[in-house]
Amino acid sequence: MSIYINENTRVLVQGITGNQGTFHTAQMLSYGTKIVGGVTPGKGGQTVEKVPVYDTVFEAMEKEPAEASILFIPAPFAKDAALEALDAGVKILVLIPEHIPLHDAMDIMAHARQKDAVVVGPNTFGLVSSGSSKIGIMPSQYFIPGPVGVVSRSGTLCYEIIGHLTDNGVGTTTVVGLGGDRVVGLHFIDVLKKFEEDPATEAIILVGEIGGSSEEEAASFIKKSISKPVFAYLAGRSAPPGKRMGHAGAIIERGRGTFDSKVKALTEAGVDIADLPAALPRMIKPVLA
Amino acid sequence: MKLYEYLGKELFDRYDIPIPRGKVVKSADEAAQATEELGEVVIKLQVLTGKRGKSGGIAFASSPAEAKVEAERILKMELGGFTAENLLVEEKIQIEQELYLALTVDGAAQRPVVLASLDGGMDVEDVAEDRMIRWTVDVTVGLQPYMVREICRQLGVGGKLQKEFVKFLPKLYRLFRELDAELAEINPLAVTPDGLIAADAKVTIDDDALYRHPQLPRIKEKTDLELKAEELDLAYVELEGDIAVMANGAGITMATLDMVQHYGGAPANFLDFGGGADVGKTAQALELLLGTNPKVLLINIFGGITRCDVVAEAFVRVKESKGIDLPVSFRLVGTNEAEGRTILEKVGIKTFNTMDDAVSHAVELTGTS
Repeated sequence: MSIYINENTRVLVQGITGNQGTFHTAQMLSYGTKIVGGVTPGKGGQTVEKVPVYDTVFEAMEKEPAEASILFIPAPFAKDAALEALDAGVKILVLIPEHIPLHDAMDIMAHARQKDAVVVGPNTFGLVSSGSSKIGIMPSQYFIPGPVGVVSRSGTLCYEIIGHLTDNGVGTTTVVGLGGDRVVGLHFIDVLKKFEEDPATEAIILVGEIGGSSEEEAASFIKKSISKPVFAYLAGRSAPPGKRMGHAGAIIERGRGTFDSKVKALTEAGVDIADLPAALPRMIKPVLA
Repeated sequence: MKLYEYLGKELFDRYDIPIPRGKVVKSADEAAQATEELGEVVIKLQVLTGKRGKSGGIAFASSPAEAKVEAERILKMELGGFTAENLLVEEKIQIEQELYLALTVDGAAQRPVVLASLDGGMDVEDVAEDRMIRWTVDVTVGLQPYMVREICRQLGVGGKLQKEFVKFLPKLYRLFRELDAELAEINPLAVTPDGLIAADAKVTIDDDALYRHPQLPRIKEKTDLELKAEELDLAYVELEGDIAVMANGAGITMATLDMVQHYGGAPANFLDFGGGADVGKTAQALELLLGTNPKVLLINIFGGITRCDVVAEAFVRVKESKGIDLPVSFRLVGTNEAEGRTILEKVGIKTFNTMDDAVSHAVELTGTS
């Protein structure tokens, strides 16, 4: 079993004819993702990696109905493309671009809620159901099937951690990138809930960072509702307050969102926190069947 | 982008939000002149750092002569490393009560949130949680009068003041949405005999949306290096240590700094040169770092969208054109790793497989160099 997506999930690529869109379409296809169509206004009728390209999402949905769509669209145009996908009936929307304006993100999320759709990102690497389907830009070779569910706010740091797991023969069920922006669709709690229900997931890794309060919210949720063992790595122990550490959301503001506050909340919820990414495999191995 | 108070107030004025009469001045003489026109005044230092009041950056004056003395003093002040170019001279308003009002973004709710409290005029951090009303707004509905009435009920505000709020708050909401603000804060919001007046203005505009607001001024309160990094579209933050750090991805860059500290070293900076940078941009990032005269250079690359050969090529280019004569600790894995290593080996640079090894080596190097 898997969460959100599986090998049968039909996927559209918006912005398929751009450099990133084309490159990652090939990568996703070779991982096994069922990409059924692409959309680039004005490029309808072409093909990319044998995938038919349409002018609008509505046209794509008429000819090749899909459940999910991934966006490789420059930030200023992402809102229009996202609303189009939601309006046309896409239920899982993966927003890759960074720098989408904050108010655009709020507009997208409000629309998604009305349409009962799931938004992953923005500023995410996407999500992967290991071994069967990836909707995102993560390097495929590290994502091998196994019993661990991973949810992360950052991309490369998550690859680093998955790399350590893979080196130690530990695979993953599903890996979800929440995205580094201040307003993102999925939060830790949403994904934790899914991992708890997923029989294939035996243990969970949460990769967090300074800023915001989603780790603290996750902690109180874990305390109440998660029976599976949870491990965490948090970035930003050495970060000074008031400075934005790369991610729009990674900033300690007004004494909130500090490393210590997150460590305290998670520790109290029974989460085991790793000092270094490399420590996670040996921490997690004893709890796996 | 944070805006100075006077710029925030200009925006308020554009949205018909009442502000005190005032003038922006650059000299003590101008301050005296403004006082002549305005009568009793308050003179306010225009810098972005808070705590202006506590550090003496705000003063009252009842005559032009007094205003001149105070303005002279305030213009010489340095706050958080910055001196002010401008002072705001405003009429002293008759304040009956000080409130707090702000619009910002609630990440968990994915919505704008109104923050309101009767405890205005103090540090917002010092306002008790249960004295702060929070109301999130569905952007598809917008801020409606009934919401303002409910916020007022929760605040315990009725009668004439409630009617004022119903007029006032939607203007602030409109400014917040239309100008892509991250924060629009009024502290204190003054209750006066003439109604509600914004006695202060703290407005922050979303950097990612600045492109669609060409009419807004551009404020730069950053160090030269941070400005240069911004030009190059790099995420850069200056720190105190001596190990220059370059990595790809915000999370892993933070984790690299944490690990430097874990092994007893001190990072000189945060530099995330992003995903998918080309040779030119990577080389520029590297040159910027070398310009800070660090003791050791630590590069941590986990290539996904970033290609190892591109980073290696950029390194060689900088080494050959500018010379890199400080010790380097290089971690290079991921996309096109083998090609990257070959390029580096030719110039005698060995790479590490793990972040742990590269970081602990970098920390060792600071002890020997």
